[in-house]
Amino acid sequence: MDKSTFETKPVINGRMHASLKHDSAHKHVTGTAEYIDDIPEPAGTLHGGLGLSDRAHAEIVSIDLSAVKAAPGVVCVLTAEDIPGFNDVASTGQHDEPLLATREVQFHGQIIFAVIAETRDQARRAAKLAKIEYNDLPHWTDIDGARENGAPNVVEPMVLKRGEPETEIENAPLRVKGHMYIGGQEHFYLESHIAFAIPGEDDEVTVWSSTQHPSEVQHMVAHVLGVANNAVTVMTRRMGGGFGGKETQGNQFAALAAVAAKKLKRAVKFRPDRDEDMSVTGKRHDFRVDYDVAFDEEGRIHAVDATYAARCGFSADLSGPVTDRALFHADSSYFYPHVHLVSQPLKTHTVSNTAFRGFGGPQGMVGGERMIEEIAYAVGKDPLDIRKLNFYGQPGSGRTTTPYHQEVEDNVVARIVEELEASCDYQSRRRAILEFNANSPVIRKGIALTPVKFGISFTMTAYNQAGALVHIYNDGSIHLNHGGTEMGQGLYVKVAQVVADTFQVDIDRVKITATTTGKVPNTSATAASSGSDLNGMAAYDAARQIKERLIDFACRQWQVNRSQVEFLPNRLRIGGEIVPFDTFIRAAYYDRVQLSAAGFYKTPKIHWDRKAGRGRPFYYFAYGAAASEVSIDTLTGEYMVDRTDILHDVGKSLNPAIDIGQVEGAFVQGMGWLTTEELWWDASGRLRTHAPSTYKIPLASDRPKIFNVKLAEWAENAEPTIGRSKAVGEPPFMLAISVLEAISMAVASVADYAVCPRLDAPATPERVLMAVERLKARG
Amino acid sequence: MSEAIRFILNGEEVTLKDFGPTETLLDYLRLKRRLTGTKEGCAEGDCGACTVLVGRLTEHGLRYESVNACIRFLGSLHGTHVVTVEHLAGRDGALHPVQQAMVDCHGSQCGFCTPGFVMSLYGLWLSNSAPSPAEIESALQGNLCRCTGYEPIVKAAAQVAANRPSSLFDPLERDRIQIMAKLWAIHSGNDTIVVEKAEANGVVRSIVPASVAAFADLLAEEPDATIVAGATDVGLWVTKQMRLLNPVIFINHLTELQSIEATEAGITIGAGVSYTQALGALAKEIPALGRLIDRIGGQQVRNMGTIGGNIANGSPIGDTPPPLIALGAELTLRTHAGRRTIPLEDYFIAYGRQDRLAGEFVERVFVPRPPEGSHFGVYKISKRRDEDISALCGAFNLALDAEGRVEKIRIAFGGMAGTPKRAKRVEEALLGQAWSWGVVSAVRDLFDEDYQPLTDWRATAEYRALAARNLLTRFFLETAGQSHELRRFEVEEA
Repeated sequence: MDKSTFETKPVINGRMHASLKHDSAHKHVTGTAEYIDDIPEPAGTLHGGLGLSDRAHAEIVSIDLSAVKAAPGVVCVLTAEDIPGFNDVASTGQHDEPLLATREVQFHGQIIFAVIAETRDQARRAAKLAKIEYNDLPHWTDIDGARENGAPNVVEPMVLKRGEPETEIENAPLRVKGHMYIGGQEHFYLESHIAFAIPGEDDEVTVWSSTQHPSEVQHMVAHVLGVANNAVTVMTRRMGGGFGGKETQGNQFAALAAVAAKKLKRAVKFRPDRDEDMSVTGKRHDFRVDYDVAFDEEGRIHAVDATYAARCGFSADLSGPVTDRALFHADSSYFYPHVHLVSQPLKTHTVSNTAFRGFGGPQGMVGGERMIEEIAYAVGKDPLDIRKLNFYGQPGSGRTTTPYHQEVEDNVVARIVEELEASCDYQSRRRAILEFNANSPVIRKGIALTPVKFGISFTMTAYNQAGALVHIYNDGSIHLNHGGTEMGQGLYVKVAQVVADTFQVDIDRVKITATTTGKVPNTSATAASSGSDLNGMAAYDAARQIKERLIDFACRQWQVNRSQVEFLPNRLRIGGEIVPFDTFIRAAYYDRVQLSAAGFYKTPKIHWDRKAGRGRPFYYFAYGAAASEVSIDTLTGEYMVDRTDILHDVGKSLNPAIDIGQVEGAFVQGMGWLTTEELWWDASGRLRTHAPSTYKIPLASDRPKIFNVKLAEWAENAEPTIGRSKAVGEPPFMLAISVLEAISMAVASVADYAVCPRLDAPATPERVLMAVERLKARG
Repeated sequence: MSEAIRFILNGEEVTLKDFGPTETLLDYLRLKRRLTGTKEGCAEGDCGACTVLVGRLTEHGLRYESVNACIRFLGSLHGTHVVTVEHLAGRDGALHPVQQAMVDCHGSQCGFCTPGFVMSLYGLWLSNSAPSPAEIESALQGNLCRCTGYEPIVKAAAQVAANRPSSLFDPLERDRIQIMAKLWAIHSGNDTIVVEKAEANGVVRSIVPASVAAFADLLAEEPDATIVAGATDVGLWVTKQMRLLNPVIFINHLTELQSIEATEAGITIGAGVSYTQALGALAKEIPALGRLIDRIGGQQVRNMGTIGGNIANGSPIGDTPPPLIALGAELTLRTHAGRRTIPLEDYFIAYGRQDRLAGEFVERVFVPRPPEGSHFGVYKISKRRDEDISALCGAFNLALDAEGRVEKIRIAFGGMAGTPKRAKRVEEALLGQAWSWGVVSAVRDLFDEDYQPLTDWRATAEYRALAARNLLTRFFLETAGQSHELRRFEVEEA
């Protein structure tokens, strides 16, 4: 018998709000954590290779696959004709994304055919042997090109409007117009996409997919196979990173593997090479923001008019909600008394851009913070003073309404900024930097403190639902399953903490099991930072139902009332008796208590009318702030981040160690986006930064040399979320805007801070040097 | 002649024949041995997810180095000890202190990069019980993590450095003597090895010559053979371009090509000297060159890649040719019949074309010691400071006469033309002139006559042209005693 059941310890291991290690940490460090490519392959497993377009936009004149078919090891070649159901993997239902291109290719790297061979090496080599004749059509790969060519929008633009922006812009004392380019970003999850399909009997197939959205993969595989959803089971134990890149982009690989597996009645695996992965899958959207901001001599904003245009790629994918979220965050943390915001989701001949941590929000906020900078340089103040002047107010201040007519009710941004400003010694460091710059001919420094306010919920209201399945076996061990997926963010351990806490058992009694569509149906993507909010609550609901039944059972069996039943760590006190948890569970089983429950949760209060631009898209906001100090080299544009201090609001943290990891990781990823990570297409429309040799994400030596990260310990969600915690996945990504702004200040120093540097992102050494030169020429 | 290579994999001796010359260690581990702890992240030696240690006998004993298994060919493993993450935990399953530190510091999130980090940290731990922050970051330059932001991993490295509970818990410390004996035994049968494999298009061969003389003879017979030393470039021909190479001659084990000799006149570096080996020697002799080498690739690439390879492949953006040309280095090429020595700059004829004749190989490079009182500077510019390829790399070597006039100057750049190339027009304009800001600023624009750089994903032509001018400015300021370089850490004493 488990000795722990007799312990009288006061708290369980793994309660909510405790700093637990990642549940797979031990397996990670020993190399025993199983990723899909590590699963032992059944005999006869085949491997897929991809035949890709080498044109950005062209009509396919002819396809000769004879050499491909004749290559060593090739078993078959799949083209669109081999698809039994629909040749369509558009997650939107817009049917604008064929699985395999037929008459036309719309980006360099679009999949035209797939080779299935005995080995992956054979499949990759064979795929290169196709002879495809094209008739080139006009192409454009960027936003300006799309505008010049009158490109269509991939979805209907969104408009947000409040007040009288047209007249207020004219009437304000001061006004600045400008534009800014904001680059995209490759996810660079360390594990590339992968799908592994094993055919079953009748119409069935099981697919292991590295996806954040098993239900969508299931639905998409069924759609492509032309079978009902119930024939397809999708499994995901863990991903080697996702960051949004595996929200919709896994569909194509899963569908190809499933089609081949069903056709050949053999297991089939698709694992694209890194370069293929980066060419074939979507990225963060690039934006161009055209802004017109009106303000007074103090720097207080009167009105804003801005257009957010995005490089969406050839199809819609998630570009609609991504560009919507950009507009929802164009206000950053600031009250715009009069505002007009428009999105422009432009079609380009590039891979279809997709979700990426922040989902348009970061681009929205970078645009908002650029306007703050413009105002600061126009009125000759520290941008931080302009920020404070324009923060949303507290309820009753008349400064709480967002451009989308939601009231900001839980605002803690001023408190966070004030605390960080003091704790990082912002004012005296800024003075020291101004003095340093006055005496340093080549190296210049900058410092910036920027806030984050990020809206939490899927803006598509229906997605804000989740399910979970909890079993207690008759030995007292617990099986936990929910619709959320684990991509490293620690969702599994957080939800297990919720269940352990509910039953008051040590967490090692809770078995965390792989996400599968067979256990919890119709799940939403693990995205929008919603994983623990939604699945934590759903698991809690399941555990609560079982707990209710157990309390009823105890009352019956021990003849006590409910107040006399208490769940203590690994045991119960029932009346005057102490009963070990597993003894109690066994007794419940013999009394025929149902020890399994499906839990469900849907986020309350939210609603959104996109056409009207009104509603409450967000349940609550998460806040934070960061202060970064940088040095730049004005001869080369190179830079270093000398120090970053962060104070971030995760409500009452479910697991502070995990949350700190999310904050640090998101910050560094955001810093990469705004500094060294640059996507570059050549004139033929080919992405040339398609591997880590050419696409540079941050290294250990790029992180801030001094890096102080704190969670706001006093924070608590104003809404009744699980444990009063807040979402943490995306919000801290935008803390990195402080780095861009600090670099900008260092650049501004060469013209005595008289001119806004208008530094575009990513601020590569080249962009920094060119901005320095531009300012020197004006100064 | 023998027909198989022999090495040790974790605790097991392996004799391998019937493999192709381009089969990688990573595929062997994952597909043939089901050692799936080692991951494929990029298959080009840039992310470190596939990091393993390779131990080899050196004059300093058995030395383990981190390498990228994804671009390491099987044929290069003869007589080595390959150590994967599976070998680390104790026989009782207890975590190695390096692994435990990663767990304790929350150093893993998605976990996919983690085995690679563990192996890099392990390599550091084996060789350094008190690493500085700079040394930790240097050891991790070849490992990408997209989740953690690195802070907990660096903490783990610092925390575990001095943690060595006993001499028995570490598998490599424990078995060191036996491993050495086994490796000596493998090396004792010192024959040239030719491993053949029948493939669809014929027989392919991996050749491991017994000596440099044997290598020279083989190359005379097989002038079209691909020579592979570090494989940090050739590896990508295979994994990315899917090129078929046959036969391949592996030379990474030839210690005769790995000597470094420093004399009054200069430093002679064997073609097979790895960056890691060169770093120590060069940092002492020519400190600016040492700092440059620390920015080439990651630790794994520096452990594999060689100075000779960096020159021989003729890349216009190789990092060592510009400074070596500026220093007036000479290249010695060898055949089975003899040697010839040429100025290094003459080796680079045009993009993709070098002065290497059939049957010839790069044997060594001689770097003249900069004379006392002369000035030397080399500056690399890349998007990311570490483990990135140069947008441009400029090197300057200046000697002034007693009156402060330019007596000698050599300026060479990478990334500015189809080959590493001297700025002869700028040099001419400076020669005999006073080394003053007035003169220097006046000649800056002459770079336009020396170079017509291209625009690509690393930089635009405009940036390259401007940055080249500014690097001359930087060099001038340095000679005037004003150093204005960004440095993350104060320079450490070698």
